[in-house]
This record gives sequence, structure tokens and C-alpha cells, in this order.
Amino acid sequence: MPGLEDLYREIILDHYRTPRNRGELDSPPAIETNGHNPLCGDEITLFLLVDDASKGDAATVSDVKIGGQGCSISQSSASMMSQAVIGKTAGEARALIRRFKSLMSIEGIELQPGDDDIALGDLEALQGVVKFPVRIKCAVLSWNTLADALDRATSEPPASG
Amino acid sequence: MSIDVATIRKEFPILDREIDGAPLVYLDSGNTSQKPRAVIDAMSTFLEQSYAPINRSSYRLAGEATDAYEGARTAVARLINAPSADEVVFTKNATESMNLIAQAWGRANLSAGDVVLLTEMEHHANIVPWQMLATERGVDIRYVPLTPDGQLDLTNLGQLLDGAKVFSFTAMSNVLGTIPPTAQLCRAAHDAGALAVVDACQYVPHNAADVQAWDADLVAFSSHKMCGPSGIGMLWGRAEILDAMPPFLGGGNMIDTVSLDGFTTAPVPAKFEAGTPPIAEAIGLHAAINFLEGIGLAEIRRHEMDLTRYALDALNDRFADDITIFGPDNVEIRGGVLSFTFRDLHPHDVSQVLDERNVCVRAGHHCAKPLMKTLGVVATTRASLYLYNDEADVDALVEGLAGATDIFGF
Repeated sequence: MPGLEDLYREIILDHYRTPRNRGELDSPPAIETNGHNPLCGDEITLFLLVDDASKGDAATVSDVKIGGQGCSISQSSASMMSQAVIGKTAGEARALIRRFKSLMSIEGIELQPGDDDIALGDLEALQGVVKFPVRIKCAVLSWNTLADALDRATSEPPASG
Repeated sequence: MSIDVATIRKEFPILDREIDGAPLVYLDSGNTSQKPRAVIDAMSTFLEQSYAPINRSSYRLAGEATDAYEGARTAVARLINAPSADEVVFTKNATESMNLIAQAWGRANLSAGDVVLLTEMEHHANIVPWQMLATERGVDIRYVPLTPDGQLDLTNLGQLLDGAKVFSFTAMSNVLGTIPPTAQLCRAAHDAGALAVVDACQYVPHNAADVQAWDADLVAFSSHKMCGPSGIGMLWGRAEILDAMPPFLGGGNMIDTVSLDGFTTAPVPAKFEAGTPPIAEAIGLHAAINFLEGIGLAEIRRHEMDLTRYALDALNDRFADDITIFGPDNVEIRGGVLSFTFRDLHPHDVSQVLDERNVCVRAGHHCAKPLMKTLGVVATTRASLYLYNDEADVDALVEGLAGATDIFGF
């Protein structure tokens, strides 16, 4: 059995103890999206602010805030994800989602040219999760929620005001 | 007389299993129980020697299989002190039994504005089937609230039962371990003119159950939590209630006659057993019942009371304010189920650290999300005890929790 040190890397515990970008954004203009894991009850509320949403994949993720409750893996994954996507375009964020889910061995991810070259930075620390298959769903919860939020942000008509 | 756990443990082959060179510490029997050699052998022998269809074919082998299947029904009736084996219906699991009650009895007896009374400590299996009916029929659902220590708050029971057609409640909470006064609740239901339905899924494996002493109307429970195989559950009901209920699933075995114009139903219990049932599972269940009765349900209960007391004290003494164990402290009214929160750690992480030491517990909402909300938590870690657990298992849990602190450094 892989050791717990493969799972609970120091950087993961750091993000768990001190989560980044925790909080809320006014919605609207931010998009508020909820995700949950029906098996374990983990819940996440993700606030996504996108500039120039009409530009689609070229729109910029200007802010992300995370709320909700979950285990160290789901919380640290959400924290690292928020840091990784702020400032990126929606297209880059989607590519990072594909890259991360591929790292997590999620089946059916169609990587696009260039996805493999995306630097994961701190997110590499979550690689050990793959050795604990029941925890993979914890790690990807926030990423699925971000994917939903991006789809909504770039497809919904701009909120009035 | 206390039971001999060391001898009992030898009857469970899986307890010899080692993972990474260390033995299993199985503390998830509230989820599903492990199987003794007697159950495994009974099923193998039946499948090797006696397997055949039941209630259909006239050759001798089929008669032998039918007798074995019906023998299991007799054993179930004996286990819960039912007046007649004909009142025992085999289902897929206790969840199906609860759905059968809600769909067959509920649809025949409930209409818009009728009240169904449940409690805040029910498993989803005793909530969702009623909610499905409520959506379809406009039925109102009320819930008996809980006291701070996880007992039913019966202060306003009379008011809550006013106008209720059915009171459906657990005889032992799968999260809190709480054992409510089932006979008293059945009496209160009847006094209010309501049907008394008991979810005995957690109760029957760990206690000497007596449906006549309860004076219950319908009782659901399952095989896999009482050392039997998964895939078979039970519904016991008073003959006159089962007779009056329409069928649930339609198909073979449940009919008296069928024409192009319609059908008539077979008598109970066949009326509720459409299709080929779990035959080998019934034989395994029978062996499980014999096994439990051989040790004695009252003796098993006594052992679990002692072990629960030991566990409550060991955890509270060692961790004091760092642990919150839900449910009553009095083991006279509590089964061997210990749901808790530990420091600020999420149950997933607690379970992960415990798994490093082969300590198997459940982390999550335990199919009782409304109860989690009442308790003010998202999830808990749950250790649940059975006849094969001993103080060493509890000690392993305590040591495992102590180890969690080192990793997370809170």
C-alpha cells in the first residue's frame, strides 16, 4: 500500500490549513456554482468572475472565491486550483481542467494539442491521490464545479447592472 | 454469561486476512457484516448439491430447493417471534421492503392531506420512499425531533401523531445507535389510529427482536447486516394488513391466475415475491440465523453493550474535548454504533489515516443527510461493533486516531 506521505504532501496540508481565495464574491456579476459529492457529503460553492465573457475562451478569469466544506484533499485541490486559474483566459482554464483530470486518471478526457505541456506547479503534489482511487473524486470536485461555472459564465447573457 | 469472542472470531475466515502484513480491524458492521464459515459453507453446499428453481417444477430436486427456501422463512419468523412464517416476505433488501410498504400500502391508503410521521434520525430508506409518495399524492410528512443527546423528543408526540395515518421509525439509529422505546411508539401510533412501521435493519442483528411484544404492524430488516449474504431482505407484517395490501411488483410467482384480461394474486407471502427470488441467499440467511441463535441474541446484545461502554470511555478518556461522539451515553438505550467528529479533521481524512492501520470505519453522511443537518455536521466518522469485535479492536481505533494528530498537526 502506498504510504500516507504520498497522499498528504506538505504543500497539500499547507493549502488545507491555510486555504487561499476562501470567501464569496457578489453574484451577479460573479457566477455562483455549487458542487457536491453525494457519497461523502463534501460541498463546494465556487464564485467565478470573468471579464469580457462574450469573448468566450478569450475571456479572462479575473477572480475566484471558494466556499463549502470538505476533506483535506478536496479543500487543498480547490485552493490550489483557484490560485492556478486566476488571470488565465477561460480557454487556458479549460485546458488546465483537462490536464488536471488527466493527471487524476479520469477516463474520457480528450487532451488537446498542447495540454500535456501545461505546467501544473503546486498541483503536481496531488499526483499521489491517484494511488488512493476512492479519493480521486475528492480531488476533482472543485474542478468539475469550475468547468460548470466556466460554461455558464461564457454562455449566459451578461447580467444586467 | 458473556460470549467467547476469541472462539467466535475463528468462525469468520475474513478476520484471518492480513493487509500489508497486519490483521483487519473491521469496525463497519453497521454498514454490512462479515460472514461466518457456516454461512459460506451452507451456500456453497446448496449451490453444489441442491440448487433448483423453487415453487415451479415438480421434480424432486426442485422440491428439495423449495423446502430449503421455505425453511429460511420459518427461521426468520422464529428469529423475530412472528406468529406465522406466512407473514414473512423475502425482498431484495430492507430498502426494497420500505419501498414495498410505501408503494403498496401507501398508495392504497394515503391521499392528499394525509400525514406520514417519521423521525429526524431515519435512514434515507425510511425517508425517500415516503417523499416519493408525498410528491405523487400530496401527502404531508412530519418528523419527530431529537433531544440534544440524540434521543427522540417525544414531548409533542401526541400532537405530531394527530391525523397521522402511519408512523414509521427506526428501532435503532444507524448513526446514533439510539434505541427508542419501540413498543411505546407502536402503542402511541395505534392510539392515534396510525399504522406502526418499524425499520429494524440495525436492531434485528444485535438484539432479541419480538414483533409481537412491539405490537408492530410492518417491520423491515435485512440479511447482510446479520452475518447473512447480501441480496435478500425481509418484510414482516400482520397477516390482515399484508392480505389487504395490493401487490408491489408484478410477474411470475405472485399470481393466482392470469388471463389476457387481467390477473388475480397469490396468497401472502407469494403475492409480494414476484420473479425468481434470491434462493441461495435465503439458505445463507438461514445458516446466519442458526449461527446467531446458537450464540444467543441476548448474549450478543450484552457483549455489545459492554464493548460500547468500553469504547465510549476509551475514546472520551483519551481525547476529551477533541472528540464529539453523538448519541446517548447510556448503553441501555444505545447500540454499538459510534459516530463522531475528531478535532477539525474531515471524516475522509480520519478514515484514510485509520485505513493505514487496517481499521475499517465509514466516513460520510451514512445515508442520513437530514440527521447530519440536525447534528450540525457535514459528515461523521462511524465505527460500528458486532459480536466478533473485542477491546483490542477499540484500542486499535484509539491508537489510529492518536496517529492522525501527528500527520495533520492540528
